[in-house]
Amino acid sequence: MSQTINLTVNIWRQKNAASPGGFQKYARSAVSTDASFLEMLDELNEELIEKGEEPIAFDHDCREGICGTCGMVINGVPHGPRTLTTTCQLHMREFKDGEELWVEPWRASAFPIIKDLAVDRGAFDRIIRAGGYISINTGSPGDANEIPVPKPLADLAMDAATCIGCGACVAACPNASAMLFTSAKIVHLGAVPQGQAERAQRARHMVETMETEGFGGCTNHGECEAACPKGISVNYIAQLNRDYIKAVAISQRA
Amino acid sequence: MELHANAPTGPIETAWDRHRFEMKLVNPANKRKFTVLVVGTGLAGAAASATMAELGYNVKAFCYQDSARRAHSIAAQGGINAAKNYQGDGDSVFRLFYDTVKGGDFRSRERNVYRLAQVSVNIIDQAVAQGVPFAREYGGLLANRSFGGAQVSRTFYARGQTGQQLLLGAYQALSRQVAAGNVEMHERTEMVDLIVIDGRARGIVVRNLVTGKIESFLGDSVVLASGGYGNVFYLSTNAKGCSASAAWRAHRKGALFANPCYTQIHPTCLPVHGEGQSKLTLMSESLRNDGRVWVPKRAEDVGKKPQDIPEADRDYYLERKYPAFGNLVPRDIAARSAKEACDSGRGVGHAPERLAVYLDFEDAIKRLGQDTIAERYGNLFDMYERITDDNPYKTPMKIYPAVHYTMGGLWVDYNLQSTIPGLFVAGEANFSDHGANRLGASALMQGLADGYFVVPYTMGNYLATAGRELAKTPVTTDHAEVRAAEAAVNARLTKFVNNDGKHSPDYFHRQLGKIMWEHVGMARSREGLEQAIAEIPKLREQFHREVRVPGSGNDFNQTLEKANRVADFMELGELMARDALAREESAGGHFRTEYQTPEGEARRNDEDYAHVAAWEWNGEGNAPTRHVEALDFEYVKLTQRSYK
Repeated sequence: MSQTINLTVNIWRQKNAASPGGFQKYARSAVSTDASFLEMLDELNEELIEKGEEPIAFDHDCREGICGTCGMVINGVPHGPRTLTTTCQLHMREFKDGEELWVEPWRASAFPIIKDLAVDRGAFDRIIRAGGYISINTGSPGDANEIPVPKPLADLAMDAATCIGCGACVAACPNASAMLFTSAKIVHLGAVPQGQAERAQRARHMVETMETEGFGGCTNHGECEAACPKGISVNYIAQLNRDYIKAVAISQRA
Repeated sequence: MELHANAPTGPIETAWDRHRFEMKLVNPANKRKFTVLVVGTGLAGAAASATMAELGYNVKAFCYQDSARRAHSIAAQGGINAAKNYQGDGDSVFRLFYDTVKGGDFRSRERNVYRLAQVSVNIIDQAVAQGVPFAREYGGLLANRSFGGAQVSRTFYARGQTGQQLLLGAYQALSRQVAAGNVEMHERTEMVDLIVIDGRARGIVVRNLVTGKIESFLGDSVVLASGGYGNVFYLSTNAKGCSASAAWRAHRKGALFANPCYTQIHPTCLPVHGEGQSKLTLMSESLRNDGRVWVPKRAEDVGKKPQDIPEADRDYYLERKYPAFGNLVPRDIAARSAKEACDSGRGVGHAPERLAVYLDFEDAIKRLGQDTIAERYGNLFDMYERITDDNPYKTPMKIYPAVHYTMGGLWVDYNLQSTIPGLFVAGEANFSDHGANRLGASALMQGLADGYFVVPYTMGNYLATAGRELAKTPVTTDHAEVRAAEAAVNARLTKFVNNDGKHSPDYFHRQLGKIMWEHVGMARSREGLEQAIAEIPKLREQFHREVRVPGSGNDFNQTLEKANRVADFMELGELMARDALAREESAGGHFRTEYQTPEGEARRNDEDYAHVAAWEWNGEGNAPTRHVEALDFEYVKLTQRSYK
């Protein structure tokens, strides 16, 4: 049933990457528990605009948990307290009346802050550009049913491909590692027959780009999987490591 | 103005093949001399950018999102149609063509639709080769399911995330071309005007959404793949950033806008929770494969728990009214039937509005088991539970129609070229293939058909034909038209920032949405439309006077972005109402209460309205001009659509 709650929300405000930022305290009253977290922020922003103050900048788009645009750290947890849920799908019924919240942007040196809660995740695009694809031009590949794909492998590819690229894994990791994100693409394309030809160079190039972009290494904390709204498995990182080691060995032989 | 479809004549089965042969080609060595600007990186835009870059053109691609991968195609759930006939259940290119023309209530161009059905099979091949993880059977072959408006199983799917997987396929193809240096990618960059020089589209003015910088990009042609305009209604299933601005600015520069009144209200969305609602969430139509739609037979039962209403007191109204298609009738019919049920006082859900009907899986769970249902729809059930706090495995879902898709869009010919030479329009942004109503799983098909298989060919023909003239008149950013376009954008945005206003852009957008939903929504009448045409200009004027945009234009300013988009919605909304008023018939998603059969079904008027209405902008304050492209039906017989 729909109810209303009162909250104190501390939100990170920062003009741009070069300026220092800090928390600002906002009181919220009569917030509907049916509202989403972002709708709670919308209401606050409307009030700020009416007062002539700059509203809180935050990224969001589909509000259905699939585009991967939204993301903020709520009380220390990327995307907030509910597991397997993006910020836009988090609803205010997850919070108690009178609770105090702390809302911050993703924090990682590879994700520079643009303004307030909005960060630049362009590094993820550059990792994909390094090899997160199958090289096939538009044209006439063979019939789609020519190569059967065993269902378990097709399912594995799909499990990995559900990554939405939101960056919660990086924000959750004490090393700000992008291993979960990168491994999801490695596992997706490595599971299907079409992805085999480029498997070695894909692993090598994506891992190298990950490192030059300034993401840290994996030290098996598992925070990434816990924060992932799509439940991407930390086991994929093992496969990424295997593919990478093999790829390096092959390239040294050549 | 005479509108020429430029579609090849002769037998429809070979029309596209002959057209491809007759079109001029650009020599491989010359392709790199041409620059194509592509606005939008959804299915149509990403596919077109990647393919044209593979061919050798210089491509510059633009999206307002922070990554090309986030375009709203990503949210499409259910699937993509293709006439593969893998199930051997009688499907064919002709049947998909026929179903699409009929589903569109006979208001689309036959030859475009036939081509769409033809290339649908190539899309599946292409996507599988890219590694798109479609659902498969245990034997390893591709699985299919059925969708509304079809009696065959031709829908390919990747769980409830088909749009995501197809978009990632196109995004990855695009990323490969970015890495190869063939595509220059501009994220967080929004098109704010079109540059037309000597009657040809030669560039776009954009705003860098991070720095606020206004700048122009010039080229030899422009592709708009900027999506639909459902957000005119404020509440819709579109992403919050979806806007009509790219298309609307092109319209103001001379591109005709076709059939703006054709909007699709999707029958299965989550009901509104209150005034703070920011968008509506779709529950895939695929749920209607196994879910049964019902309301109580008697109005006095609407407050009861669904479990307490015995079978005999339930009205499975779609199964009752349409026994042949049952719960799988096309979207417009399912949506209108839900509205009728609620209008008759039998709606359920939140009191006092009671704007919901049940979508019940009890029978399917009994028949197939919870595991099978979870495998088919698990992610949708989870999403429903997260939003509503109800468990759909235990209690029926509550659903209600919501604005979802717009069949109208910029007018294009068979080559997908608008009335401005050099301006091509692909995907939802154009009007061409779905007539007055789009069938489920056909948007992904059309976006990818346009992007992978149509625009790259027809663009070659344009550049080969116009190339010499374009080369003779190189354009630089010093050109007077470029300067004028930039100055106009700067003036518009500066006015918003300096306005001594009171309210947020959303404050006005919500009011526009209410007018649109009330009068230009599921049921329209002359009286209501005339009221909308009177109210919208007043609201628009108030918006420009009272909108408040804090902060600076030279900064990341989401309020300014929003104000600029709402300004365009305010103009487009009026055009939609005008188009709906001028179309004195009911067809597909356009239902005029004055024109219905005794059973309450849409009544078309083929004598007077079997045509496309394409509107010409005549400047601010002047009424637009309605032009007509007649539709000829050679292969499909015009009948009253029946799903009984």
